[in-house]
Amino acid sequence: MQYSPQLEQRFQKLVSQYPWKRSALIPLLLYAQDEVGYLSDEVIADIAKRVELTELEVRNVISYYSLLRTRPAGKFVVQVCTNISCMLRGAEEVFEHCERRLGVGHKQVTKDGTFSLEEVECIGACSWAPAVQVNYDFHLNVTPETMNKLLDDYQNKTRQ
Amino acid sequence: MADVSITVDGKKVTAPAGTLLIEACKSAGIEVPAFCYYPGLSVQGACRMCLVRIEKMPKLQTACTVPITDGMVVTTDTPEVVQARKATVEILLGNHPLDCPVCDAGGECELQDMTFTYGAAESQYMEAKQHEPEQQWSPVVFFDRPRCILCYRCVRVCGEGMDVWALGVQNRGVTSIIAPNQQDHLECEECGMCIDICPVGALTSGAYRYKTRPWEMNHVGTICTHCGDGCKTTLGVRRSKGGMEIVRGDNRDKSGINGDFLCIKGRYAFDFANSEDRITQPLLRREGRLVPVSWEQAIDHVATRFKEVRDAQGGNAIGVIGSNRTTNEENYLLQKFARSVLGTNNIDHHRTADYPGFAKAIAGKQNITATLRDTMTAPAVLLIGSDPTEQHPLLAWNLRTNLRIHNGRIYIVNSRDVKLRRQARAFARVPGDGGESSFVRYLAGQDNGRQLESGELSRDALTKFRDQLNDEKELIVIFGSELRGDDISVLVNWGSSRGAKFICLGDYANSRGAADMGLYPDLLPGYTALDRGSRFTEEYGGAAQAVRGLDIGGMFNAAANGKLGALYVVGSNPIARYNVNPFTLSKTFVVVQDMFLTETATTAEVVLPAANAYEKGGSFTNTYGDVQMLRKAADVAGVRPDFELIVRIADRMGADVRKLVPFGKGLRADMGQSRGAQAGEADRHLVWLAARNLEPKLSPFDPEALLDEIQRLVPGYNVSRLQLFSGNEVHTFAPEQSSLTAASSPESIVPANDTLFTSGTLGRYSNTLNSVIENRRAAPAESEIPAD
Amino acid sequence: MKTIYTPTPLASHPDEVRVISKRFGQGAHEIERYIQLDGYKAARKALEMKPEEIINEVKASGLRGRGGAGFATGMKWSFIPKQSDSPKYILINGDESEPATCKDRLLVEYDPHAIIEGVIIAGLAVGAKTGFIYLRGEYRYLLEIMERAVADAYAKGFLGKNIFGSGHDFNILTHTGAGAYEVGEESALMESLEGKRGLPRLKPPFPAIKGLYGGPTVINNVETIATVPPIILNGGKWYAAFGPNEKNGGTRLTCLTGHFNKPGVYELPLGYPANKMIYEVGGGIPNGRQLKALVPGGSSTFLLNREEAESATMDYDWFAKRGEFLGSGGVVAIDDQTCMVKVALRIMKFYQHESCGWCIPCREGTDWLKKTLIRFHAGAGATKDIDQMLYLANNMAGRTFCALGDAAAFPTISIVQKWRNEFEQHLGGRSCPFEKVGDRQAVLV
Ligand SMILES: Cc1cc2nc3c(=O)[nH]c(=O)nc-3n(C[C@H](O)[C@H](O)[C@H](O)COP(=O)(O)O)c2cc1C
Ligand code: SF4
Ligand code: FES
Repeated sequence: MQYSPQLEQRFQKLVSQYPWKRSALIPLLLYAQDEVGYLSDEVIADIAKRVELTELEVRNVISYYSLLRTRPAGKFVVQVCTNISCMLRGAEEVFEHCERRLGVGHKQVTKDGTFSLEEVECIGACSWAPAVQVNYDFHLNVTPETMNKLLDDYQNKTRQ
Repeated sequence: MADVSITVDGKKVTAPAGTLLIEACKSAGIEVPAFCYYPGLSVQGACRMCLVRIEKMPKLQTACTVPITDGMVVTTDTPEVVQARKATVEILLGNHPLDCPVCDAGGECELQDMTFTYGAAESQYMEAKQHEPEQQWSPVVFFDRPRCILCYRCVRVCGEGMDVWALGVQNRGVTSIIAPNQQDHLECEECGMCIDICPVGALTSGAYRYKTRPWEMNHVGTICTHCGDGCKTTLGVRRSKGGMEIVRGDNRDKSGINGDFLCIKGRYAFDFANSEDRITQPLLRREGRLVPVSWEQAIDHVATRFKEVRDAQGGNAIGVIGSNRTTNEENYLLQKFARSVLGTNNIDHHRTADYPGFAKAIAGKQNITATLRDTMTAPAVLLIGSDPTEQHPLLAWNLRTNLRIHNGRIYIVNSRDVKLRRQARAFARVPGDGGESSFVRYLAGQDNGRQLESGELSRDALTKFRDQLNDEKELIVIFGSELRGDDISVLVNWGSSRGAKFICLGDYANSRGAADMGLYPDLLPGYTALDRGSRFTEEYGGAAQAVRGLDIGGMFNAAANGKLGALYVVGSNPIARYNVNPFTLSKTFVVVQDMFLTETATTAEVVLPAANAYEKGGSFTNTYGDVQMLRKAADVAGVRPDFELIVRIADRMGADVRKLVPFGKGLRADMGQSRGAQAGEADRHLVWLAARNLEPKLSPFDPEALLDEIQRLVPGYNVSRLQLFSGNEVHTFAPEQSSLTAASSPESIVPANDTLFTSGTLGRYSNTLNSVIENRRAAPAESEIPAD
Repeated sequence: MKTIYTPTPLASHPDEVRVISKRFGQGAHEIERYIQLDGYKAARKALEMKPEEIINEVKASGLRGRGGAGFATGMKWSFIPKQSDSPKYILINGDESEPATCKDRLLVEYDPHAIIEGVIIAGLAVGAKTGFIYLRGEYRYLLEIMERAVADAYAKGFLGKNIFGSGHDFNILTHTGAGAYEVGEESALMESLEGKRGLPRLKPPFPAIKGLYGGPTVINNVETIATVPPIILNGGKWYAAFGPNEKNGGTRLTCLTGHFNKPGVYELPLGYPANKMIYEVGGGIPNGRQLKALVPGGSSTFLLNREEAESATMDYDWFAKRGEFLGSGGVVAIDDQTCMVKVALRIMKFYQHESCGWCIPCREGTDWLKKTLIRFHAGAGATKDIDQMLYLANNMAGRTFCALGDAAAFPTISIVQKWRNEFEQHLGGRSCPFEKVGDRQAVLV
């Protein structure tokens, strides 16, 4: 498995820094996913070797954590929090707006592969609800209108 | 640990400190329900069925996780506790299919039982249940997800118990699921432990599922016929066209030396018995072809020809080859028949371990052999050679359990990277050719060990290994067929001075019995040298001679030279095993008793269809010397036990059958074991008889009629019949009580080289063994065609 | 993947007592700036103190765990055995996933060195040489800030070998999660850090005896540990005095969320009257509506009705007396136009999604409660369902493997009991009588 030199370097460091090797597993998976887009069979086999675990064990771990995925997602993963604080401030409208605008539902990917849409649990931005995370970037106090603008911005990014 | 006392439901219960509360309750006869708790596996606290009230604790506590402490006051049956358990069953049933009548586990389901106990059958929830198709993970393992209650027993028994780790838990919350290691299928040891341990019908057996209902079978506890460990197995049998057919093997009652353990062979490879290829009629060669004849004709022909050869050329023109899979009684009878009726010492069997060498090394010593059970609790074990994971799965299980539960120290010496090295405190990888032997000499200080220092084993490691062993006070030394003759003596001399006990590993279900019962040209039963056998010769009527007979190689040489008039082969396939040219036997009258038309049987003039170990009574001695009773479970029309065939031939030859088999000597007689599949009842009856010193042995076909003589004449076999008939194993001492001073040609030993997925000839006829992918992967053994 | 980082908005109110938020918005994530603002003085001071002195100071402060359970921090530290064959560890819980809780984020963003300093002090107090800071996977930009702060501290010699030239060694590793609420539970946190599924561990043994990598481990919330430096610097008594009594010392970050006019994170002293918190700090309820319910500290706590909320004081004692919990600092105001069945459903959806699945009552119970609430809210409920839900929740409370089951049961029990009438209004095929907050029945899968 070929990763970028930066990631490879990071992997080396992670694998050696903990008292037990397997501690590096979750960061390895997350960073690999960030670069590759998802955790392919190849990535899983590679990481299993690095931390000396069976592929089964790695899959057991992957399937537990909601950020980790074994199938490709859109370039931009739009995560709308609809948990209580956000819900009370209109998160469901925001989510529905995204559904309409992107033409996809929860955990689906747009045809062009640009966006995935996901309804997520509390992302720790409750005082600035409703909150949306696109990939790792937070957007606070979102309304359907600002959401529209946001999606435009991201859409434009793909064109650049 | 010191005992402490607690009070459970007003009852005083005393148990060692640290005992889990659930076990303490059980010992007092108070059952605390549990799904996830399973003795011997790690505790989970996951199912919450075992909640009890412990005084001074704010919440209900899980009895499976709490070690008892002195003065603890516990209640297990208050309304609060009952209600909590009921609620758990209810919620579990909420998503569980309630189609028990068509579930494979119906009648044997712990969830069903629990529902019955707590009366939670009324469904409180009206949402739709999850439905999903069943998955087949391997030829023997099926998974029905909605039935799974996530007790994690399967995951633990596979990982902790088997050290295979082929099952995992994936996803989380209500979507959690048990997953196989290859995403949609399993690659593992196919032991089926996960299936038997599953409390519900989530994991089911490909071999058994939907064939029958548990209550429509008879269940007979007998001994597995595959390897030398001798696991107890409960066979579920059911009427079929030709008699009683085996449909299931397990050991759910946890009786016997193996507890709940069985490997793939014990659990599934009974299916050779149901093979379409079985011979069910006597065959006689006419005009070059084997054609079916009546039993009368066949026996008559055999007896007549044996007599002719004996009377014309003398007993020495007849050879007899016995089996590693026939009973002690049959083996004893065969050699007695050979020696007293045929008048020859030309008797041998396929040797897979140097038991005579072992006997010579330990003769006269006391407390020198260990039982199979000992291997689970011994503080230290040294394993030299062999690969128990493949060849002695129960031993491997015991060693793993020993490490896990009793912290045993396991030392391994092997020329291969055996899987058990994962459990080893120290592993010495020795060179391939004779490395084990050099190691023994190094250990005993007879060799500087230079040869052993291959790449993997440094001088330091070697020295440390030896020092560690020298420090062990209570050691069990287990060795495989890599060690023979003098090696064994050297090893025993080193170990016996430090109080070590020994185990010699041989390959088949009754190899040890064949050896103990004297299937040797130079040894009488109990490793008795021919010139010391007066005990036997007197009894046999003086017919036996003191001249050493031919071993297998000798017999084939004699045949090639036209000097072997007749060869009697019982349950063995020497032509394939020793790669003999079948034309060697063209001038010999060959009789074969077998289940299948093996390479040897196809050369025979007469082939007699034989019953296998699941179809008859008698006893087996495992390679550790533990003797156990077989119980007749199945029945195939047309076949006969080898015992009966030998007696019939002898009778037709005009021998005094009452001398050969001293039957009808008891005060009163009873049919006992001959009731076959009703043996459950018969077993109890046998125990009752034994307790009153009554014997069955009504007929000369009753193997128990010979047990007497074996007990009386074979040193080390005077065992408790009550124990034996109760279904327990009893340790015997033939090698150490022998007076053997000379070894019997160790060079003729040929290991079977079976893997977990092969079992000599039987394996060839087992659909299950042939259907699992692991079988295909396993490299062919040294000798291409497995035999016996 | 570079994260875009725009500063999180800060709020303020005159009643705030700024102990841990005093450096917010001052650029203190830069180490030089942090040092200017009294940074690392406490660590230097602690290096001069005996371990027992540090622990005693923390005990005197009345500091209790800000992660939600409210366990006395000084006491927790004192459980760590003095002698230990295996290394001891400090583990900082930055999994911040309790709904309505968004305070640890501000500490990492605006004052990361305060966390590092707190970890060093905790290490000195219990004799640990390694600290781990675990941040939830979603907090990537915070991880980057934290990593930089740690690197800066190493560069300054505040971490690593011979810290501050004192002869002591201390290391900190940052670590990312990957999305799981249960991992915030302390034993599941250790499992996760060890690279496993986030399943809770059996207790005993407690982490103080056998925790991370089998060694004695102190687990503290981000806010808890960030409070330690000011305590060491100014004394436990000084800190305790902000609260009403020595069992409820100091201040805490309070996250006002939901139907407030002025939502935001405010540092309020313990014992602050909830009435003032709602109507003054939070600016009251928007759109001229009335308060109907208040979540006092994250969705795992019992909900208060208006009357209770207006008479509450925000300290541990007030709630403990009622057998309830102050929780994690995440306050949710719910107005009178909100459907409480919907609230119960949304809360249960969360726990159903986040249950680790280990034990039956939690795994199956949350799922059945969620399904029943969906049906109920859609108007297909029956009277017996109301009791069934209570029965189920009561059978989860106190009987699950870890506290997630309790966390799911408590809000449900309080909602069903206090707003039973709203459940009844949904009976008989009637659709929800309340303003639609959105009419979808989104189901998380
Ligand atoms: C289900 C569950 C989730 C939790 N999540 C968090 C969390 O996200 N952050 C946190 O600091 N504590 C969380 N806790 C509390 C921790 O178990 C633990 O008590 C806390 O981290 C200890 O630190 P403290 O004493 O400083 O509060 C959670 C507890 C439970 C039962
Ligand atoms: S498959 Fe059976 S043994 Fe395995 S977890 Fe499910 S119920 Fe338990
Ligand atoms: S998640 Fe902890 S008990 Fe179920």
